[in-house]
Amino acid sequence: MGMTMTQKILAAHCGADSVKAGQLINAKLDIVLGNDITTPVAINEFEKAGFNSVFDKTRVNIVLDHFVPNKDIKSAQQSKKCREFANKYDILNFYDVGTMGIEHALLPEKGIVTAGDCIIGADSHTCTYGAVGAFSTGVGSTDMAAGMATGMAWFKVPAAIKVVLKGALKAPVSGKDVILHLIGTIGVSGALYKSLEFVGDGVKSLTMEDRLCICNMAIEAGAKNGIFPVDETCEAYLTGRSQRPWVKYEADPDAEYERTVEIDLDTLVPTVAYPHLPENTHPASEGKDIAIDQVVIGSCTNGRLEDMEAAWKILKGHHIAKGVRAIIIPATMAVYKECILRGYTTDFIDAGCIVSTPTCGPCLGGYMGILAEGERCVSTTNRNFVGRMGHVDSEVYLASPATAAASALTGHITDPREV
Amino acid sequence: MKAQGTVYKYGDNIDTDVIIPARYLNTQDAKELASHCMEDIDKSFVTKVKQGDIMVGGENFGCGSSREHAPLAIKSAGIDCVIAKSFARIFYRNSINIGLPILECPAASEAIADGDTVAIDFDTGVITDVTTGATFQAEPFPPFIQNIIQKGGLMASIREGK
Repeated sequence: MGMTMTQKILAAHCGADSVKAGQLINAKLDIVLGNDITTPVAINEFEKAGFNSVFDKTRVNIVLDHFVPNKDIKSAQQSKKCREFANKYDILNFYDVGTMGIEHALLPEKGIVTAGDCIIGADSHTCTYGAVGAFSTGVGSTDMAAGMATGMAWFKVPAAIKVVLKGALKAPVSGKDVILHLIGTIGVSGALYKSLEFVGDGVKSLTMEDRLCICNMAIEAGAKNGIFPVDETCEAYLTGRSQRPWVKYEADPDAEYERTVEIDLDTLVPTVAYPHLPENTHPASEGKDIAIDQVVIGSCTNGRLEDMEAAWKILKGHHIAKGVRAIIIPATMAVYKECILRGYTTDFIDAGCIVSTPTCGPCLGGYMGILAEGERCVSTTNRNFVGRMGHVDSEVYLASPATAAASALTGHITDPREV
Repeated sequence: MKAQGTVYKYGDNIDTDVIIPARYLNTQDAKELASHCMEDIDKSFVTKVKQGDIMVGGENFGCGSSREHAPLAIKSAGIDCVIAKSFARIFYRNSINIGLPILECPAASEAIADGDTVAIDFDTGVITDVTTGATFQAEPFPPFIQNIIQKGGLMASIREGK
């Protein structure tokens, strides 16, 4: 029997000719990643177990992104602990304030992750890198510690769901609408323990930003990973960027899938996930009665340059509605700088928005943009759980940058095609 | 290995943001994390829970973030075992890695009520609702994972394998 794209990458990384769904394997890791929340716990485990070297200082990545620039003394202590560890072990890819970006925007942008890689990260959105044709999955801090020490991790080979994309995506409908639609269709546990393998003629209409956003939220359907084929668009993105040669894996024609889901990109509409689960999806056009207090545009899901451009196209020359606060967060320093060079930042400020340096900040209710009791936010982030962005009685509505920008202008949930 | 305690029962899709809200992720101290465990959906949990109690959830328990702080908070609050219909995969890995026993058992998750006394025999996977007398058989761990648990968690198992 044939293998899925994910299974082929896992087989290659455990030295086997083939693997089957359900098989437990030990796989060689190309990249290990952690952030300022998860790395300190990993350091504790690493040191407690008595390790005194990392498997490869060029393959361990530590990105301070959640609570930086540090929001309080405790988070400063956590960053300091990461910094000291990175210095001690001479970690090549250590990103601190000034060079950092949100990890899942930064690593693809810098070409640190590439096609054919096997990657773990102590952050659930590590599944983002499936967009460049890698097997990449989120783990916890102890797995990160073991990965840093040995360069290996254990996996249960996942079964797969085939997501067939048909037609072509048309702006302002974006990758965010595709993944919200999929989660709305299969549910937040619809892909539990499984791979989401995206295929079909519609793939070629998706930009890399669309694909990164789609794979980013595979975890919100419970998936172990999401993955796209390595096509011309992907190879063009990797060319001149990937720091290592890449390997292109393809699913076998007779690969087994537990389920096939078809999505017609031509008929997709701007979509919003209402509180308190990403599966509670509705067309944005039906949200006119939902007045909002805040908009957040950014995060590992939607903080890339194309996301900034989508928001800018809607906000330029206009002003956000009275009573709405709009926070725009370019995800990396390169995106931040490009927004300035292109004039987006000035236009955002003139529209009444604030523009922050890169941080995860409000996405997880960490700091900056915390919601008060009863407040509502349209956000381009990835989770709308109870209390995610602040008070337990606040509400987060997940949407694309275009929908979030349009909603900022009107003060209620708005289809970007209507502004 | 056995456990017996009072059940705290919650629903489907209990996410890591309600298990331990991100506003408390500026510490790695397990006791401090435990003092905020479940507070956004059940403020009384930390005041009532006793060492050795049991948590029961529905589908997709522990979904969301990869924060190991979530199973650490539950374990440090005193919970000896979490029973659920299914677990989110990162939470599942993290629990095994830090030594928080978890059992997948849809029938037990369905039948056991909040406040019941439940006894668990980890060697056999038998869950007994002492309050009602009903018994349930949980899925056993595969040998590979049993080996990690027996060696005292992932780090201990890889140290031994070196």
